[in-house]
Parts: sequence; C-alpha cells; structure tokens
Amino acid sequence: MFESLSERLDSAFKQLKGEGRISEINVASTVKEIRRALVDADVNYKIAKDFTDRVREKALGEKVITAISPGQLMVKIVKDELTELMGGSEAELDVKSNPSIILIAGLQGSGKTTFSGKLANFLKTKKGKKPLLVAADIYRPAAIDQLKVLGEQIGVEVYSEPENKDAVKIAQNAIAHAKQNNNNIIIIDTAGRLAVDEVMMTEVANVKAAVKPNEILFVVDSMTGQDAVNTAKAFNERLDFSGVVLTKLDGDTRGGAALTIKYTVEKPIKFVSMGEKLDTLDVFYPERMAQRILGM
Amino acid sequence: AGKTTVDTEVLDSLEEALVSADVGVDTTVQIIDRIEKRVSKDKYLGTAELNKILQEEIAGLLVDAPDSGFRDFDVPADKKPYVIMVVGVNGVGKTTTIGKLAYNFKKAGKSVLLGAADTFRAAAVDQLTIWSDRVGVPIVKQQMGSDPGAVAFDTVQSGAAKGSEVIIIDTAGRLHNKAHLMDELSKIKRVMKKVIPDAPHEVLLVLDGSTGQNALEQARHFTAATEVTALAITKLDGTAKGGVVLAIANQFKIPVKYIGIGEKMEDLQVFSKEEFVDSLFSIKE
Ligand SMILES: Nc1nc2c(ncn2[C@@H]2O[C@H](COP(=O)(O)OP(=O)(O)OP(=O)(O)O)[C@@H](O)[C@H]2O)c(=O)[nH]1
Ligand SMILES: Nc1nc2c(ncn2[C@@H]2O[C@H](COP(=O)(O)OP(=O)(O)OP(=O)(O)O)[C@@H](O)[C@H]2O)c(=O)[nH]1
Ligand SMILES: [K+]
Ligand SMILES: [Mg+2]
Ligand SMILES: [Mg+2]
Repeated sequence: MFESLSERLDSAFKQLKGEGRISEINVASTVKEIRRALVDADVNYKIAKDFTDRVREKALGEKVITAISPGQLMVKIVKDELTELMGGSEAELDVKSNPSIILIAGLQGSGKTTFSGKLANFLKTKKGKKPLLVAADIYRPAAIDQLKVLGEQIGVEVYSEPENKDAVKIAQNAIAHAKQNNNNIIIIDTAGRLAVDEVMMTEVANVKAAVKPNEILFVVDSMTGQDAVNTAKAFNERLDFSGVVLTKLDGDTRGGAALTIKYTVEKPIKFVSMGEKLDTLDVFYPERMAQRILGM
Repeated sequence: AGKTTVDTEVLDSLEEALVSADVGVDTTVQIIDRIEKRVSKDKYLGTAELNKILQEEIAGLLVDAPDSGFRDFDVPADKKPYVIMVVGVNGVGKTTTIGKLAYNFKKAGKSVLLGAADTFRAAAVDQLTIWSDRVGVPIVKQQMGSDPGAVAFDTVQSGAAKGSEVIIIDTAGRLHNKAHLMDELSKIKRVMKKVIPDAPHEVLLVLDGSTGQNALEQARHFTAATEVTALAITKLDGTAKGGVVLAIANQFKIPVKYIGIGEKMEDLQVFSKEEFVDSLFSIKE
C-alpha cells in the first residue's frame, strides 16, 4: 500500500517533472489520492477531507529535492502530520490516588471486559498495584461469569452482586469493599451500550457522577468504520472520557477510526489491545498507527 | 418537488452518503458511474425518479438467497436436521444472533438444538446456556477448553438421534488473519460431515454493522475457510449503516439473510433490500 500510494502520487507528479517545488496544480491530484487512501482505511469522510486540506497547505511550496520523489515527499508529509495528530497530549494513566477508580465504557462487543482484565493484570504485575475488578454489567448474559473467569486467570478479585440490578449501587458498594480490602485500583467494567440509547447512556453517566473516576476509558474496536465519529462524540459528550483504548489491533484492519476519534474528541489513545490473552496489553505508538493507516 | 439536475452537486452528496455509510470508495464509484450513465441521456429528472434509479442500482448489487423459505424460518424438508454453523470475528454478535434465531425457529414450530462449540472465550458456554434457557431449547455442551470439533460432532449426532429440525452451532470469535484459528474452523465444519454428509447446510457469517472496510477481508477469509452461505449484520439499531455489506454482496455474491437490531431475542429481522437501501440515506438521531 505504501508503495502503491507513493507510486500513485508519483504518477500524479509526472507531468510536472523538473519543477523544483510542489505547486498548487500538482498537489490537487495527489490530495485526491491521499484522501481516497484514508477513506479506504476507514478514516471518516469529512475528516479525511479536512486532513488533506491541511496537508495541502503544508505541502505547497515545499522544496522537492532530487533524492526523494515528490510522491514520497507527499507521503512523508502525510505521515508526519498524521503522527503528530495522533500523539500530542499526555497519555499516562493517572493511578496516583488511593484508590484510583477507572471506569470502562464503550459499544457492545468492543472488548471492554477483556480490556478490564488486561488492565488489572498490567497494573498488578507491572505497577505493583492491588486491583479490584467490578462487574457492573447487569445485562449481558454471563457477564459476571466472564469477568470472574478473567479475574481468576490473573489472580485479581472480582466484586459482583448477581441479584442487584442497579449498576450505580454496585459501583458504590464496590468502592466501600475496596477500601476495606486495601485495593488501590478499582476497575469498573460496564455493559456495552449504543450512543443513541438514552437510558443506557444515562446509566453510565450516573455511575460516573456517583464514583467520580480518576480515569474514564472509552474502548473502541479498531475495525470500526465511518460511525466512529458519532460514537466518539456521543460518549465524550456524556462522559468527557480521559482516554481511548483501541482493541483487536492484532487483526489486519488499517484502523482509520483511530484518526477519526483523535480528530473528533482530541483525547489521547492510552492503550491498544492486540489479542484475547490477558498479557497482550500495549501502549500506543502514534507513528506506528500512522504507518498502519497509510498501509506502510 | 421540482426538477432535479443530476449535476455534480447531486452526485457529490450521493457519494458522501454512500461513503459515510461504509459502502467503500470502489463500490460507491461504481454506483455513481452507473447512475451517471443511466441519466446522461435525459439530464433532468425528479427526485422520485432519481431515488428509484438509486434503489435499483443498489438493490442490483445485493444478491438474493436461492431459497426464500428462510423468511418464514422454514427449513428444507429434505435436510433434517438443518445444521447452521455460525462464524465471525470477535464480539460481532454470534452468540446473541444464535439466541435470536433459536427463538424464531422455535416460534415457527421447529425443534431446535444448540451446540456450544465456543469452548475458548471466558464464560462463552454459560452465555449460550442462558440463551438456551431463555428461549427454552436444549443445548449440547462440554467443559471449557474441550475440543470444539468434538462438541460440534456431539451436537449433530444428538440432534440427528432425537430428530431435531434445526441445529445451530456457536463458534469462538476469531480474527480472520489467524491461520491456525481459521484451520480449526474448517476442521469443526468437516467433523460434522461424519454424521451428516452435507452438514453444515448453512454457514452464517455474522458481521458487526459498525465495521468498516475490514469486513471485506472478513468475508474473504471466512469464505475461504468455511464457504460462507449467508450473512447476518448486527447492531443496526445504532447509527452505523452497515454499508460495507453492499461491497461484500457485490464481490462475493453472498446473500444477507438477517439483521440484528438489539440485544433481546425479538430483535432479529429478516433482511429487506428496500429497507436497507432506505436506511443508507436516512439520518438517525
Ligand atoms: N483478537 C482480539 N480479540 C479481542 C481483543 N479484545 C477483546 N477481544 C475479544 O472480543 C470479544 C468481545 O470482547 P469482550 O471483552 O467480551 O467485549 P465487551 O466490550 O466487554 O462486550 P460487551 O460486554 O458484550 O459489550 C471476545 O471474544 C474477546 O475475546 C483483542 O484485542 N484482540
Ligand atoms: N445493540 C445491539 N447489540 C447487540 C446486537 N447483537 C449482539 N449485541 C451485543 O453485542 C455484544 C457481543 O455479542 P455476542 O453475541 O457475545 O458476540 P459474539 O460474536 O458471540 O462474541 P465472541 O463469542 O466473544 O466472539 C453483546 O453485548 C450483545 O448483547 C444487536 O443487534 N444490537
Ligand atoms: K465490534
Ligand atoms: Mg463486557
Ligand atoms: Mg460468542
């Protein structure tokens, strides 16, 4: 893809060989190619447009040196710009308070429960913490069992109240329990919900209001398409989340949703998840993600 | 309304609607080209006419199932038990879709048996067991971690012995780029043939409606491993449109049979081309 994109860009520059700088005319056709590549990678249509307009500004007047083809130069500009956009703000997880409360939220099936297990394992083994996992998904069949199995695998206690149908109460009770048991991290796994589901969005907003989390992580499937913009916006409006987790990056998706989300809500991507086993939690590298989106 | 000029502006907004629905650039360009060709003779036409042409072009990309009995949750009389194997990447809604299908088949008077061949994902068997209780259909299961092929074999054998009319086999979610997991799926499929030579009669690939262009790769690899015969698209109760299924149907000629529109057992619908095309252009708040 990298080859083909820079080749496609090179051919767009062909007719203007010999010109020393990238000009208005030759940049127009290449911008179209780049935009298409981004949309093919699932970057939101409007954002791809916006982004390539920015790239165009950057590229105009840029000096073309003979060692590097104009196509490659354009790809480099795009990659650098993408990398910068996706990095930026501080991406450390705030776990200084005792206890630190981390609320996990996102769409159905995005990987929240699995990530909760991974995060607990990471904080336990790498940061010497004593986490408590909280099963606040009162809807999905066997959600509690699922979290319990994961907790057992990593030796982390799971707090649950199978008979309680009030997620807010469960979360509050869990905090009281954690204080008694000297848990210094509380990870609250919530049910999957759609951004348009008013009742469910209110529920998670209520959990937030009740427990005042130190971190709210929005978990999103890296295979998500154009809708990522709506979902990210809606969850951010309700929760003002502190970070994003990109899951299932062990697949072969280009992952343009990462750019869409970063662009839309300007929140850092704090972790990536690359597998079903609980030891595969990774930090996010903006440059790698930029290359992935561009198919490099 | 007055006359619409099918000019660049109209085509641009059409393009935007399609691309924003995850239809993908290639398929969008193909649709736009065809519309451009069809209207070039007569440049002016009403919105209603334009919509009709659009409907036709898009519907033309979608394939029909060879047998329409599925619309009433009927199964072919000569295929008893009718074995459905459900496959797809992680978290798309396979197990939930199985619960919904079981509910619908049962409602249509069929005897149903579920097979819990996801022995890998934490509490996957418990989840399917809850669905079997909810719907009131029996389930065949083994310990977590046991061989999924053996569970599938047991299920088909037990269903054949007790005269079940529909057998639905759940499988673990797996990403299509993991060759060993895809091989395992081919093996699960093969093993059922030892009991019923033409089983599974249906391989249902479940796609998450919010997935982007990667769904094409999913279709490609699952088809290669298991010869997918039908698609189900889930989570269309959200704002995602599931447009990538147009590209998939177009490229792989697989019919879409069901859509998922919620988490309850009633939240399954039989796919309708017309409604799907309409929804591509509608805005949901
Ligand atoms: N390959 C892969 N699979 C993953 C990853 N993260 C989660 N999964 C799988 O995705 C599926 C869904 O994960 P869950 O953790 O249950 O997702 P969830 O968001 O809690 O789902 P709900 O609670 O139903 O909304 C499971 O099969 C997981 O094993 C990942 O990074 N890579
Ligand atoms: N809103 C909505 N949620 C759905 C739909 N179908 C499934 N879900 C939810 O999506 C999540 C994942 O569903 P599952 O049925 O567990 O998915 P799966 O493909 O079996 O997952 P794995 O076995 O882990 O790969 C659950 O929270 C379901 O309730 C749907 O049509 N609409
Ligand atoms: K998903
Ligand atoms: Mg969960
Ligand atoms: Mg499942």
